[in-house]
Amino acid sequence: MIVLEKRPQASQLWSLATPVVAVLATMVFGGLLFALLGTQPVEAIRTIFWDPLFGEFAFYYRPQLLVKGAPLVLIAIGLSLGFKAGIWNIGAEGQYIIGALTGAGVGLAFYPLEAWYIFPLMVIAGALGGWAWAMIPGVLKVRFGTNEILVSLMLVYVAEQLLASMSLGLLKNPQGFGFPGSRNLNEYESANSWINQNAGLHWGVVAATIAVIFAYVLLNRHMLGFHIRLTGDAPRAARFAGVSPGRLVLFCLGTSGMLAGLAGLFEVAGPAGQVSIDFNTGYGFTAIIVAFLGRLHPIGILLAGLLMALTYIGGEIAQSQMGLPAAAIQVFQGMLLFFLLALDLLTNYRIRLKSREVA
Amino acid sequence: MTILRRTLLAGAAAVTALGMATAAGAQDDKTKVGFVFVGPVGDGGWTYEHNQGRLAVEEEFGDQVETVFVENVAEGPDSERVMTQMALNGADLIFTTSFGYMDPTINVAKKFPDVKFEHATGYKTAENVSTYSARFYEGRAIQGLIAGSMTESNIIGYIGSFPIPEVIRGINSAYIQAKKVNPDVQFKIVWVYTWFDPAKEADAAKVLIEQGADVVLQHTDSTAPQAAAQTAGGVYTFGQASDMYEYAPEPRISSIIDNWAPYYIERTKAVMDGTWESVSRWDGIAEGMVGIGEITSAVPDDVKAAALEMKDKIASGEMHPFTGPLKKQDGSDWLAEGETADDGTLAGMNFYVEGIEGEIPQ
Repeated sequence: MIVLEKRPQASQLWSLATPVVAVLATMVFGGLLFALLGTQPVEAIRTIFWDPLFGEFAFYYRPQLLVKGAPLVLIAIGLSLGFKAGIWNIGAEGQYIIGALTGAGVGLAFYPLEAWYIFPLMVIAGALGGWAWAMIPGVLKVRFGTNEILVSLMLVYVAEQLLASMSLGLLKNPQGFGFPGSRNLNEYESANSWINQNAGLHWGVVAATIAVIFAYVLLNRHMLGFHIRLTGDAPRAARFAGVSPGRLVLFCLGTSGMLAGLAGLFEVAGPAGQVSIDFNTGYGFTAIIVAFLGRLHPIGILLAGLLMALTYIGGEIAQSQMGLPAAAIQVFQGMLLFFLLALDLLTNYRIRLKSREVA
Repeated sequence: MTILRRTLLAGAAAVTALGMATAAGAQDDKTKVGFVFVGPVGDGGWTYEHNQGRLAVEEEFGDQVETVFVENVAEGPDSERVMTQMALNGADLIFTTSFGYMDPTINVAKKFPDVKFEHATGYKTAENVSTYSARFYEGRAIQGLIAGSMTESNIIGYIGSFPIPEVIRGINSAYIQAKKVNPDVQFKIVWVYTWFDPAKEADAAKVLIEQGADVVLQHTDSTAPQAAAQTAGGVYTFGQASDMYEYAPEPRISSIIDNWAPYYIERTKAVMDGTWESVSRWDGIAEGMVGIGEITSAVPDDVKAAALEMKDKIASGEMHPFTGPLKKQDGSDWLAEGETADDGTLAGMNFYVEGIEGEIPQ
């Protein structure tokens, strides 16, 4: 009989090995899925994982990895702080939207003035917008003990309605012939987050890199980081060590909201270019996968974000080159999370084969 | 070719390299046509019909063409990447089939001057970017006539996707004709802010039916509202974008069918012949881009006859769905007696006609 036995201590080896094994298992089972769909599995896997990096047009796809990966990493870093401490911000998508709205709103308010201080002001506004949106579940939790998972998630839908309203009303392009959507910020020099478009570099990429370093230092060298980890591992011990749970909730939600807001601002002022009804494409939710895929570790998240970006970009190539349906690619990405969570079990438990004992 | 490849691999000056890559791609003899889809090809509506157009191109030209497509492409930066990727891989002609692909199409077209682009339902063109759309409002007028005649509660539900001119035009067109045959008719409009989301569309249909609507019109792409109407019973619907005939004879009593095949074949041919030029095409019932699906036995004969007569009159140009006297919702004059709306006003329509209740979301 197979039994699960709790390990006395979480396995260091499995904690590092599960992401790699999960990726390999996804390749194997994804390959099987593709084979069932009648495509060449090896070629499909190669198209998804190899072509964007080393294929004929890698010069275009490599920068795109940065564009697609940066918001994922930036948001996931913020989420990981809370997740470590058992504070569950599921509403990063909403904070991302609000950050984009407040940031773009400030930029558009200055149009058509060109000045060096506009973009920094937009960055501050975007960060504040995301922070404030995350403070709603934060304050409600601390004051009234509400569940931050539900409140933050519900606020995503509120944010989506706000986004629609802004695209149709306040932020609508006055020269857009009545169509929804704001002016294109890519055509507004001072409000543009691109550094070098051909290299895929915009300020969001820079911010994501800084966030990774910042989170690493915070978690490993700073008292606050120690408190975060302690609260997650042993809440009672944390209380004795003088950690204020309320302040920690506000810090974790606030930081993750701020980073999500920044991601939204950099996206709207760069790759997306404009506030539109369909502006958000799920980065806030995908970042949850990225955070766990990266084991809530800053470096891990960086790698996981790039890996997710790779499956997106490679998935699109596989669709148009090999005629794979979009749903197959989504199943493929879903497998990745499934295997990760399933294999995660091995970090805390070990599998034992036992002969059935006679009663 | 090999020299080109090497320059590409060097990766320097990506923009110029992009242009060269297309030059290389254009050398093979097959014409490559790409399609960017906003929904899944199995949506049974909008994307389904565009994909039918793609299949028609394949059938028409056989070995001379190769078509590729990517479905479920989010509007925004993702679509820009998908288009670039198609162009890099040697597409000669790319159809981008949703309004939200407008700016991305223009951006990518700038980088690939030798690739032709066709953007559906937008208003921005360039030397290598055409726009095309169908005069769906012509079909809406016929729907309005049937809906106005069929309703007993005098409440007609309308599922709107986004409050953009195309959708508002459809609402106005249907309302004008419904009001003509039934002066007591009232429109209830629900905005779902999506082109394709079966769950949201079904919810919207249920809400409308609960509010007393016994005819539901939709400007979204899934068959979910049809299913909701079938469950509720005694509610009529119309197929949208696609025939949705699996719900006939009721709830589905007729439909507007988008027929992109002739246009796609014509434009592909133009690229093959080297005669492609940037155009802004807006075709309707007369040209066959807008089709009216079979009016089922659930509709009384006289209503059916009136609907078909209207169809013929629109096709022959004898009738325009927007003919004065018409006022705007706020009571101000729009069209004088006998005057018809010009295409410019129709293209940017952002007001309801007199009689429709509610406000266009701002």
